[in-house]
Amino acid sequence: MKKKGRKAAGAVTSPLIRRPIQRQFAIFLLPTFLCFCIGFLWPFIQGIYLSFNKFSTISNTSWVGFGNYVKAFQDDGFRHAFGFTAMVAVTSLVLINVLAFAVAFALTKSIRGSNLFRGVFFVPNLIGGIVLGYIWKTLINSVLPVSMSIQVNYGFWGLIVVMCWQQIGYMMIIYIAGLQAVPEDMLEAAKIDGASGWKTLWHIILPNVMPSITICTFLSLTNGFKLYDQNLVLTNGAPVRRGVGMTEMLALNIANNFTTANQRGVAQAKAVLFFILVTTIALVQLRLTRSKEVQQ
Amino acid sequence: MKKLLAVLLTLAMLLGMVSLASADETGKVYYLNFKPEADQAWQDLAKLYTEQTGVEVKVLTAASGTYSDTLTAEMEKKDAAPTLFQIGNAEGVATWADYALKLDGTDLMNEMTTADFNLKNANGDTVAVGYCYEAYGIITNVALLQKAGHSLDEIKDFASLKAVADDIHARAAELGFDAFTSAGLDGSSSWRFSGHLTNMPLFYEFRDDGITEQPATVKGTYLNAYKNIWDLYITDSAADPAKLSGYTGGAAEDEFINGQAVFFQNGTWEFATLTEKGMKAEELTMLPIYCGVEGEENAALCAGTENCWAVNAKASEADQKATLDFLKWVVTSEEGTKMMAEQFGPIPFKSAKEPENVFFKVANEYLAAGKYVVTWAFNFTPDVDNWRAGIVSALEQYSAGTADWGEVEYAFVDGWAKCYEATH
Repeated sequence: MKKKGRKAAGAVTSPLIRRPIQRQFAIFLLPTFLCFCIGFLWPFIQGIYLSFNKFSTISNTSWVGFGNYVKAFQDDGFRHAFGFTAMVAVTSLVLINVLAFAVAFALTKSIRGSNLFRGVFFVPNLIGGIVLGYIWKTLINSVLPVSMSIQVNYGFWGLIVVMCWQQIGYMMIIYIAGLQAVPEDMLEAAKIDGASGWKTLWHIILPNVMPSITICTFLSLTNGFKLYDQNLVLTNGAPVRRGVGMTEMLALNIANNFTTANQRGVAQAKAVLFFILVTTIALVQLRLTRSKEVQQ
Repeated sequence: MKKLLAVLLTLAMLLGMVSLASADETGKVYYLNFKPEADQAWQDLAKLYTEQTGVEVKVLTAASGTYSDTLTAEMEKKDAAPTLFQIGNAEGVATWADYALKLDGTDLMNEMTTADFNLKNANGDTVAVGYCYEAYGIITNVALLQKAGHSLDEIKDFASLKAVADDIHARAAELGFDAFTSAGLDGSSSWRFSGHLTNMPLFYEFRDDGITEQPATVKGTYLNAYKNIWDLYITDSAADPAKLSGYTGGAAEDEFINGQAVFFQNGTWEFATLTEKGMKAEELTMLPIYCGVEGEENAALCAGTENCWAVNAKASEADQKATLDFLKWVVTSEEGTKMMAEQFGPIPFKSAKEPENVFFKVANEYLAAGKYVVTWAFNFTPDVDNWRAGIVSALEQYSAGTADWGEVEYAFVDGWAKCYEATH
């Protein structure tokens, strides 16, 4: 009986599989780890080093200490980009998650064609940012009285519309998975107790879907802060008023700074600050929503 | 364990078999080309040179608009960096000064007919030689102009240009064509107005103040002239001024080719495209850009270049010599000068061939008549991409009526000062 139990527990626990894995896990991990080091870790460390230098090419650097960081904070464009990016990130966060949840909720109610709808809503996510932005720019500008690159409000809402269109499908998939994992017995118990739709949603469904909310909030928040492709194509930061791009987000500001040969150190410093900012916000958000998760 | 050892040893063996390239005794040439239109011609020429002399010549062309990024990336490669590359203007000299070899006294320099298009570094050494020059102005469809009942002789200055354009625009419905093509502010077209057109106020201001190198600030003394010509472009055209960012360079070109407009601001390089797409050389000419400055009846076309060859000072001596020899062959040999004339028009070298381009004939006629060349003052622009982006956005807002001309003035004057600061 013991032997049968061991077989039933799964081949993965048998020594035939386990020992080779224990001995050679390094080789299996090595390619991915190497790629991670080469593609991410080394450039990241180099970037931090370069942020303390003035350079035009990587081999031609001169140390300036915190000078770049001071310049970054003094830059009007950077400060404005920070405010604008925060607005875009928060607005898109709220809209994307509320709408995605609503759509997911509707599509878990086994209505006719829900599978088809799920597919259709997800497809926008498959289109690359630049192509998406370019087509939407042409569409939006043709219906507006003035183009998005002239009126700041149009530029802002244009960005939000495109982001929502692209990301609602993706978040919807995650919410659908979360909604389907809500325990049936809890829902039945609520129905028997006579709870209204709203009460069920607020007190039973939402707490159980909290892990999905954590993930989706994290993703849409970081996506909002990191947005570059659509920003570049839709308005490219225009209109420029007194030298400051009114719809320029942080990533675009940093990339534009980099094109000026003498400003590369400052751009690099901004990039490091950007990293610290997004990481902090994301970690805070994760901590907040994790604490609300309910054990199932 | 044994299998693991076998795998590791095989990997080591393979790595050992990859040997580093042996140093070339004869030197090699690696040219990072700027003009995508000329890529095929350069490839053919390079192959021909290698056949004739055995020296390896590699030509890589950067995609349109990516030259600076590509050059930066390629220069990082220690032994495989470009030996020949391009510097466009004063800003390029500031960025690449350490990488540009002094060219005074080389055979290549001795073949030049003029040093006007060369770039110098802070010490006055020539670091890049202009290998072709181009001109731009207002390309005019003479046939359409005559159809509208006007002649070329009428247009002598801004007032006369405006009179003709206003008249054509007023009768556009009846004539079936308008005065100017769309003044598009899409990235593919905006450089004509943020770069080429801004040359007018810059040239006249620099001429007045005797400026010969990159100034830290500009005053914008001739911005009213810039406003004159810009207002003309957006008023006397079929394009909606509030939606200029939707009009591309290709759209303006097509409008001109399809006979929808009489005037099209562009340069001598357009000749090939226009004639290939059906326009006849006899119906094309180029007018200077008149904008209301005193004495502009004596202006010729705007001529200059953003194409200067620079040799990599950090390449090996053998490579540098090979590159200079290659360049000398290009500007003296039969095949080289033929290709240069076909691709680039007139080149300032002693053995240059005559180009077919009608616009160059016009440019030369103006010079022969003693008119003054409007040189490319915009080559002095600091942080050129950002300065121009500011101008484009200001023009867009001004044309749509959401900002006044002060926005353009700010982008021009304050923008210049900020860009200068950013690059020094």
